[in-house]
Amino acid sequence: MDVSSSLQYLFSGLTVGATYGLTGLGFTIIFNTTGIINFAQGEFVMLGGMLAVICQSALGLPLPLAVLLAMLGATLIGAIVERVAIRPVRTAPPINLVIITIGISILIRSAMMLLWDKDTHTLPHFSGTDPITVLGATLMPQSLWILGITAVVLYGLRTFFRRSIFGKAMLACAHQRKAAWLVGIGVEGMVLLSFMISALVGAVGGVMLAPMTMTSYDVGILLGLKGFAACILGGLGNPFGAAAGGLAIGVLESFGAGMISSAYKDAFAFIILLLLLFVRPSGLFGKPEVRRV
Amino acid sequence: MLFLRNVDIAYGRIRAVRRASLHVGRGEIVALIGANGAGKTTMMAAISGLMRPAAGTVEFDGADITRARPDAIVRAGISHVPEGRLVFGPMTVEDNLLLGSYCRHRLGRASGVQEDMERLYAMFPRLKERRLQAAGTLSGGEQQMVAIARALMARPRLLLLDEPGMGLAPTVTREIFRHIVELRDAMGLTVLLVEQNARAALRIADRGYVLETGRIILQGPAGELLANNDVQRAYLGRDLDRETQPAGGAA
Repeated sequence: MDVSSSLQYLFSGLTVGATYGLTGLGFTIIFNTTGIINFAQGEFVMLGGMLAVICQSALGLPLPLAVLLAMLGATLIGAIVERVAIRPVRTAPPINLVIITIGISILIRSAMMLLWDKDTHTLPHFSGTDPITVLGATLMPQSLWILGITAVVLYGLRTFFRRSIFGKAMLACAHQRKAAWLVGIGVEGMVLLSFMISALVGAVGGVMLAPMTMTSYDVGILLGLKGFAACILGGLGNPFGAAAGGLAIGVLESFGAGMISSAYKDAFAFIILLLLLFVRPSGLFGKPEVRRV
Repeated sequence: MLFLRNVDIAYGRIRAVRRASLHVGRGEIVALIGANGAGKTTMMAAISGLMRPAAGTVEFDGADITRARPDAIVRAGISHVPEGRLVFGPMTVEDNLLLGSYCRHRLGRASGVQEDMERLYAMFPRLKERRLQAAGTLSGGEQQMVAIARALMARPRLLLLDEPGMGLAPTVTREIFRHIVELRDAMGLTVLLVEQNARAALRIADRGYVLETGRIILQGPAGELLANNDVQRAYLGRDLDRETQPAGGAA
């Protein structure tokens, strides 16, 4: 295998992997606040892409405005999901809540299909389609957008959770919810905020990826699963791990498709995940829980 | 400063506390004693807003807080150190204390947080040594100190302490109790203390209430409760029947 084609696989792998990473980040945020896995996360990614398509092609809005509205729309839907489907049953055991999120995901997907259509759509690239040539491999400007924005989102979230008291308070809600109430944290507000941030992060991923890979009402299923694999691979609850896990899965998938067979492209992510879990059940960057009683 | 009037608290259809009334005056240490399951923790939860009373009122500093949310009650000046300590295990001791000051950060930055933290570190030097360690890895006594320090970071006027001695060695419990008295004397803090170890609690308290199966059956100055025969028999482990028997059964 020559340099240019491996570089090509690397570029496309990193690009797709960054979106897996962003989806994984979305899982991480809700998990870190509530301790539940939100299986509707993939739908937020779909909503980002599809809402942008609707705004841009149907309403004829300029691209930047369409992107902005799509992100706001997805954030709003994240908030509605929390208020309508999660808060009324917040005292239920986590497993029930997880199943509710699966229901929400089916609902959002079906609503998008019925209210819009089943076709595949695309979005214009953010800054043209003139490829950049690096050592014989081509790199689309959109890939740079995806990697750059992912880095910004990741850094922003890390700072939020590590440095700001509000980020720490969000983490505290998952560690010890009762104590979070008792130090004066409005836990319900924090859960709402976590759904909104997750939806926003997911939508950012979806809207960036749409120009590269096209989008339709059902892209959320696979993206959601890959994102979930990404955050398990990186260690559940660790934002940095989720992003790294996403990049790793994207790159391995791309090399696997290129070198072995593209028919098994989607299987690679899960094979890697299974192999890793046999060796390191807490993920690449996860720490086993330490507790003293 | 705190008044509970005819409070009923229920878990579903089971009433855990019935028509309980109590008051705590400014600067007092009041002990609430009773056996396991008597409703002590339930009453604390009703004061701090974790549970809503089915009937009755809770009043703090003249304001009705019966139906207020826990975060509003913290801002009003009541901090609750919960049973079982409930520290934020994976976080450092320092972050635990910082989160204690959360209610002061509503609009961005809060002043004096660093100074308060230093003051608490001076009071609990062991926490300073371990300030970058995950709170969940500390010993039980140290975790209790974290829980108390975290509650104090909110600058409360009333501290609710639920079973601070639970699961701790007697010497550690004594140390914790010494700190409680110190806090009252140094900072004018008012304390409502729930404790199964009735003797230790009544020794540092000014007044006490005895709770039995959800009802307050006795109240009075701590010294009187300590000397009360019923209290001694039920909660202080004294066997009066046996003591009186060698004297010929005369009573």
